[in-house]
Amino acid sequence: MKIALLAIVLLLSSAVPALAQKPRERAEAQVKFGINVAQYNLWREAIARFERAADIDPTYAAAYNNLAIAYEQQGELGKARDAYEKSLKLDPDNQYIKQNYELFREINDRANRQNRR
Amino acid sequence: MTARTGRTVVSVLAVAVTAACAHYYEIPIETPIKPKLDVSAFQRVLVAGFITGGTDDVDGNVETTRLLRSQLRSKSDLRVIDADTLPLMEVVSSDRAKANTGAGAAPAPLPPIKEEKDLEPYEPLFANVAYWKQIGEEYQQPLIVTGTVMFTSQERSTSQLRAQETRDQFGRRQTETTRVYVERKAFILRPKWIFIDGRDGTVIHSETFREEVSYGANQQTPALSSYFELMDRLIPTFLSTLSSQKVKGTRFLLQ
Repeated sequence: MKIALLAIVLLLSSAVPALAQKPRERAEAQVKFGINVAQYNLWREAIARFERAADIDPTYAAAYNNLAIAYEQQGELGKARDAYEKSLKLDPDNQYIKQNYELFREINDRANRQNRR
Repeated sequence: MTARTGRTVVSVLAVAVTAACAHYYEIPIETPIKPKLDVSAFQRVLVAGFITGGTDDVDGNVETTRLLRSQLRSKSDLRVIDADTLPLMEVVSSDRAKANTGAGAAPAPLPPIKEEKDLEPYEPLFANVAYWKQIGEEYQQPLIVTGTVMFTSQERSTSQLRAQETRDQFGRRQTETTRVYVERKAFILRPKWIFIDGRDGTVIHSETFREEVSYGANQQTPALSSYFELMDRLIPTFLSTLSSQKVKGTRFLLQ
């Protein structure tokens, strides 16, 4: 019985720091992991991480920016556009997001022109 | 610690701090763009041949067929069928002759194709489902690429503004702009790509393009070189109809 109680106490004590973290910190941890895996070309895992980050902290512009890039890499241009737009709405003056979005739009416009012809 | 050592330590620390504070990561990406046509039902493609007109300096049928086949071979997943180019113009002539058999008189021969409107009598061939179905059966029902190619040349006189330097009565330099007429030679390429389903002979997609290039009259550019220059511009669009393309670039991941 004592051992069981001790195990529960230990389990709770290990979970408390994670629960105590603020949403932004938890989201940042997901983004950091996502960036790492993206650098190894593991884009599906990166998408899962960036999505998780955006769920945890829906005001985190970087998460949406990264998600947009990952969608772009996967050829999901509609989802990429939505994510870029959310990202820019949250951080409209960010030069990196603006540049990413401009480059994305060139490709997106080209794909749309191609489909219209 | 000398001043030099101190400076080195400071610069190393500055680099380390910058690296530690990096909030962005530049990353290469490749964006795939889906093809216009879903050709997943086909494993093979037959570039059948083209109805061509315009200048006689280039055999548009042979050159276009050869070029498209070689591009498809290296840049698409479809297997390219090696076959003789179909003599489509002869097919049209013979169809006309057959259609007039009952009428008694032989049909008037079709005029040489020099302008766009000269192509009109040939257009019904592409809607001839029975003919294309038969070609499809012959080659195990591939995707068939055909169409028309007009390649023409034009002599043009265009006006240009040219700045000329003169001196006034006091020897001061002045610039005068004058309008001069220059002769130029233009080449115009107008292909119409038609994609036919080899299983049932129906047209599944068609698209028309126009590209032109012009040179100074003193430049002796052969028609064939111009033809390839213009086709080079059109090939990416042609390929994007059948196979997905990847656009390379870099983006900034943010933390």
